[in-house]
Amino acid sequence: MTTVLVPSRPDYRRVFNEAFMAGLVALALTVTMVGLHTVSVQSRLVIEFRPADVAGAVALVFLGRLGIGLIREGLLIPVGSLAAAIALVGLFIPMPSDVLRVILVGGGAVLAIRSAWGLYDARGGAAAAEARAAKGTLMDRISAGVQAYTPQIALVAGIAALAFPMIVQERYWIDIAILVLTYIMLGWGLNIVVGLAGLLDLGYVAFYAVGAYSYALLSVHFGLSFWVCLPLAGVLAALAGLILGFPVLRLRGDYFAIVTLGFGEIIRIILLNWYNVTGGPDGINNIARPSFFGIAEFTPAPAEGQVAFHELFGLEFDGIHRVIFLYYLILILAIVVNIVSVRIRRLPIGRSWEALREDDIACQSLGINRRNIKLIAFTISAAFGGFAGSFFATRQGFISPESFTFLESAIVLAIVVLGGMGSQLGIVLAAILIIGLPEIFRELEQYRMLVFGMAMVGIMTWRPRGLLAHREPSVLLHGRKGRLRSLPDRPARPAAGGLRS
Amino acid sequence: MEYFLQQLINGLTLGAIYGLIAIGYTMVYGIIGMINFAHGDIYMVGAFIALMTFLLLGFGGTPFVAIPVALVIVLVISMLFTAVYGWTVERVAYRPVRGSFRLAALISALGMSIFLQNYVQLLQGARVKPLPPVIQGNIQLTSGGDFDVTISYLQVMIIVLTVVLMAGFTWLIHNTSLGRQQRSCEQDRTMAALLGVDVNRTISLTFVMGAALAAVAGTMAVMYYGVIHFFIGFLVGIKAFTAAVLGGIGSLPGAMLGGLLIGLIEAFWSGYFSVEYKDVAAFSILVLVLIFRPSGLLGRPEIEKV
Repeated sequence: MTTVLVPSRPDYRRVFNEAFMAGLVALALTVTMVGLHTVSVQSRLVIEFRPADVAGAVALVFLGRLGIGLIREGLLIPVGSLAAAIALVGLFIPMPSDVLRVILVGGGAVLAIRSAWGLYDARGGAAAAEARAAKGTLMDRISAGVQAYTPQIALVAGIAALAFPMIVQERYWIDIAILVLTYIMLGWGLNIVVGLAGLLDLGYVAFYAVGAYSYALLSVHFGLSFWVCLPLAGVLAALAGLILGFPVLRLRGDYFAIVTLGFGEIIRIILLNWYNVTGGPDGINNIARPSFFGIAEFTPAPAEGQVAFHELFGLEFDGIHRVIFLYYLILILAIVVNIVSVRIRRLPIGRSWEALREDDIACQSLGINRRNIKLIAFTISAAFGGFAGSFFATRQGFISPESFTFLESAIVLAIVVLGGMGSQLGIVLAAILIIGLPEIFRELEQYRMLVFGMAMVGIMTWRPRGLLAHREPSVLLHGRKGRLRSLPDRPARPAAGGLRS
Repeated sequence: MEYFLQQLINGLTLGAIYGLIAIGYTMVYGIIGMINFAHGDIYMVGAFIALMTFLLLGFGGTPFVAIPVALVIVLVISMLFTAVYGWTVERVAYRPVRGSFRLAALISALGMSIFLQNYVQLLQGARVKPLPPVIQGNIQLTSGGDFDVTISYLQVMIIVLTVVLMAGFTWLIHNTSLGRQQRSCEQDRTMAALLGVDVNRTISLTFVMGAALAAVAGTMAVMYYGVIHFFIGFLVGIKAFTAAVLGGIGSLPGAMLGGLLIGLIEAFWSGYFSVEYKDVAAFSILVLVLIFRPSGLLGRPEIEKV
């Protein structure tokens, strides 16, 4: 985004024309969907008109496009200060409606930041801008730095994660952290298939569901404890991965993607309709909560012959004990997944995955059995999905097919890709952004998914390879130091590859 | 036999709807090699716009426009405004990531799909939207047996309209300058650009046409099922994509054939086996076809370039 600003006369006509066209498109988009509101009146649908909203949306798009155009033409300071003023007006002066306020503050702030960014880029003239462009964008440098200091960052993050429940001690925040960790674990699991082996799996939720239902059924029908079921759920999910993987792994690219998506849906439909076993849409209730490694229970009054956790440690009973225990449980599970996938990268199998990702024809010509190594990736990743699923079941105590929709797969995939494919830390960052932030803004419930969708598009257009893109081989000929020294010589971004990889 | 005929008619109707959506998938895949995940939601938007237009014309209670005129108005408006959505989606979400990393486009498309669903849910509510039947009455094909085979006027209209549109579309692709440009972009975008084809415009128009056809499908769906909601695009979208893959992705006749087959499979499966598992049947067929004939029924086998 380093545009070198040319101090010529701004082409106002073009800017205005563009803004006008954008406004026209906005009008065409909103006049139906926003302008007409279908409401039920006595079991009949009638149309309500909302002209003000259409006018607002069109004005926002028109002015926004005008502002961006003027910024591009070099009018940074006037546009920026005007936009900042508008944002401040929206912030401090009461407005007739909340929507108007959001539009003023949001639109003004975006334009103001954009022009400030332009001013920042323009400092020192064209020569300095070019020098900076050669070094790569800010995010590229950050990613390179993160890559270089991965062990240190991981250590700090690990300690922070360990200390988190001690410091926060609030159920709300720990619950969010558990959710984020579940998705980090799923992300790391899926990363083996998507990030390392380069296979686009759109049905990861299938294994998550298999794990959750395995645990739920084993626990409800056979009374097995969580600690027996956890490995069993992993094994069953891995088995599912093996069975599903066997036929589909011959396929490549998008065909593979669509078939995995199909399998994900098939599993959900089966869960929904196999009423005798899965309870159909009602799901499975009263799933046993995990005990403290089979030693103690997290209840105020344990059953005969069992010990309560608070008695064992001589504490006051507190519901939060179980939450903290669950937090550490998922933390350990996630770390296990992480360690396994980091170590496995260095094994011959891990190297084959990376080779396969880069070029599978070359890989085959070197005598690597493509299907077998894909199958291994698929199975391991499925097992991790199964672990996460059984954790999910024990945490919720209730599961139904509702929790295993395609959206889950899409979210996990988004975490992997947004984080930067193959980057373990990127996945943590993306999970916090995608799961944590929306959870914190719960009050804006209805706008949550809207913003989520927009953010996915926005991040992909901004950084198509993910926030912390990492595509270097795990094993290098001359070690990591040699590679880092030669890093600035490489272009900031690899040349665009073809669409069909 | 009568039952079979009836399922055949139902399957053809369903297949027509799937086929129209599948064309959008197959064209986009052919030209820029990406799965346009938001296409199912474009169909949903088309259905909503059609519903609103019907309501504006008074079809919620007593219509004040003759039915054929109303149909033309609804189709034109729905195609027009949905096409703007198709154009915007391409411009906002796909063009910036075109030519970059393959997964980026896919994630962008997923994001767009989530955005469109929530956009419609937010603006129009999550409730199911009903529309009273627009076209009523049917033709009795057989009588006297234990089962009367009927085809409703609506079904006739859907099938006829689909055939007309597909014929027109095939003509457009094969005989017009725009169609030639599209086919050239499909073969080699760089070369096409060198030879003076405006690639961006051609791709935009591909999305516009795909969205317009999806809008027709949406209009048909809102009349055929009588209810829509913001989530209908997802499953129909997947099945239409399945249809495109089944027929051989990138191939127009393939998309039509695939749509037809998926519609028939679904109708016969629900007629003879179980309604609950009709989607499983569609997906299982997809898996089988891909395993034994990965390039689809009418597709050319993909040549691997090293």
